[in-house]
Amino acid sequence: MNEVAGRAAQRVARMIGAAACLLSGFAALAAERPVDPLNSPGWSTIHGRYFKDQTVVFDERVKVMAPSAAENPLDVPVQIDADGLADVEQVLVVADLNPIQKILSYEPTRALPSLSFRFKVEQSTPIRAAMRTKDGVWHVGGVWLSAAGGGCTTPSHGSADPLWQTHLNEVSGRLWPKADSNTQRLRLRVVHPMDTGLASGIPAFYIDRLVISDAQGEQIARLNTYEPISENPVLSFDLKGSGPVRITGGDIQGNKIAAEIRP
Amino acid sequence: MLRWAGAALIVAGAMTARGDDFAYQLKPTAVADGVYALIGKTENFTRDNGGNIVNTGFIVGQDGVIVIDSGPSKAYGTQQRAAIAGVTPQKVTQVYLTHAHPDHFLGNQAYADVPIAATVATNAALRQSGDALLDNLYRLVGGAMSGTQVQFGSADAAPGSVRIAGRALRLIPAAGHTAGDLMVFDEATKTLFTGDLVFFQRALTTPNADIPRWLATLDAIDKLDFKVMVPGHGPVLRDHAGVMQTRDYLQWLSGALKDAANRGLDMPEVMRLPIPERFRTLAVLQTEYSRSIAHLYPAYELETLPAARP
Repeated sequence: MNEVAGRAAQRVARMIGAAACLLSGFAALAAERPVDPLNSPGWSTIHGRYFKDQTVVFDERVKVMAPSAAENPLDVPVQIDADGLADVEQVLVVADLNPIQKILSYEPTRALPSLSFRFKVEQSTPIRAAMRTKDGVWHVGGVWLSAAGGGCTTPSHGSADPLWQTHLNEVSGRLWPKADSNTQRLRLRVVHPMDTGLASGIPAFYIDRLVISDAQGEQIARLNTYEPISENPVLSFDLKGSGPVRITGGDIQGNKIAAEIRP
Repeated sequence: MLRWAGAALIVAGAMTARGDDFAYQLKPTAVADGVYALIGKTENFTRDNGGNIVNTGFIVGQDGVIVIDSGPSKAYGTQQRAAIAGVTPQKVTQVYLTHAHPDHFLGNQAYADVPIAATVATNAALRQSGDALLDNLYRLVGGAMSGTQVQFGSADAAPGSVRIAGRALRLIPAAGHTAGDLMVFDEATKTLFTGDLVFFQRALTTPNADIPRWLATLDAIDKLDFKVMVPGHGPVLRDHAGVMQTRDYLQWLSGALKDAANRGLDMPEVMRLPIPERFRTLAVLQTEYSRSIAHLYPAYELETLPAARP
């Protein structure tokens, strides 16, 4: 297409866009599905499942940081962050083309909207973080991950090694105070096979909730994890304030998690 | 016109899709008397390079030829054997594999009639993960892999001095890059084939690395009386520069990962840390650095996470 034709086409597109605004009104337009910058075949499904009738904007402030290719499909490291986005109440992380798309949801009650985790990937897929701010708008960012795959249907190491049975839900962790920002980095590791249920003959068995509280028992953050989170999850949180924290949670079979971590 | 171009592309694609047709254009380089190296590109695996990112070699004896590593595919092994035939009428009588990584052993099918020896650990690794390594290389390299299958080594290499085809060799088992590396030393010319224990001008790989053992092996290599060194990747050396660079990178890498873990960084943050200026000339640096973090960082970070009280 030459430049003149291109400009003409843009003009027509603008006119159609303006007409659509007039016809449908702003409220309805706000809930429409925006065009996916990652051009993923899974976006309409993800949108329908998690964001239907809600306002979604693609926002470059929402960052998903991961290697471009998965070196280990059982353990892909991801960091999400939203520097400059205020009042984030809910975070949802999904992988469009994973057999189980939902990786985690996170409520950073008194924490920054940042989190690091690792997950199992079945094939190349976008990884998206959606952050809902106080005004109800979902701000979405994401990247494509290239992967050979098989991560979700491979048995966990734990399923072949009974060591986890005597160490199930044991927590190790540490706090790193950051005086300049009055926050502290919490890193956790929990022993758990995190079976997806997609490996033949091994039922789903995974941690589904972790709550971080302060010394007074007030919630600092809440994390709900799903099948794709890697075996023996390692997580990094950025909590506001300082001081010891208490971790409580459990898995889908009712086994409890409880730990205290001091600075 | 576009349709014609498309048809031409399809025809061209069909012609290059068969592995036998992938032309590696292997050119043996004489590095010492009767000792040759086939120097690969210092790249990652791509469809364009057919997986030829590796150095292999051969030693011409009185009545036979000793091959060191068979390359990344059946087509490579076949063309390597043809390249050897272009240098000498002697038949290949022995193949040694330096370790169980796919760019070094997947040409074995071309030597089905020849003894193929490797360390016990390498032979065990081939049986355990050979097929997974093969699948991954098909994904990365594509058509040049056509017809390639895993062929195991036929014998465990006994360490020490051997005489093959009238040539005195020393087989030096070591570890660090993998659990079962093997170096081949040609006594007459003092040429050392290090396998991937030495990388030069290309960032090293760590999927099975044990850095303390690797560093100890590098110290042992420094004590060997070699004149020529064929590293696993990168140009041939006549000094210790490859050993020094490999050691420098490993020491920096382990120090950087330990420091990052002690600062509470997570893996994506570590991947974004700056790499010292002196390494920036290494080929495929950023890719291999990221891969190394995926391989090695979990062990470093666990050291920094003490058991919590319930």
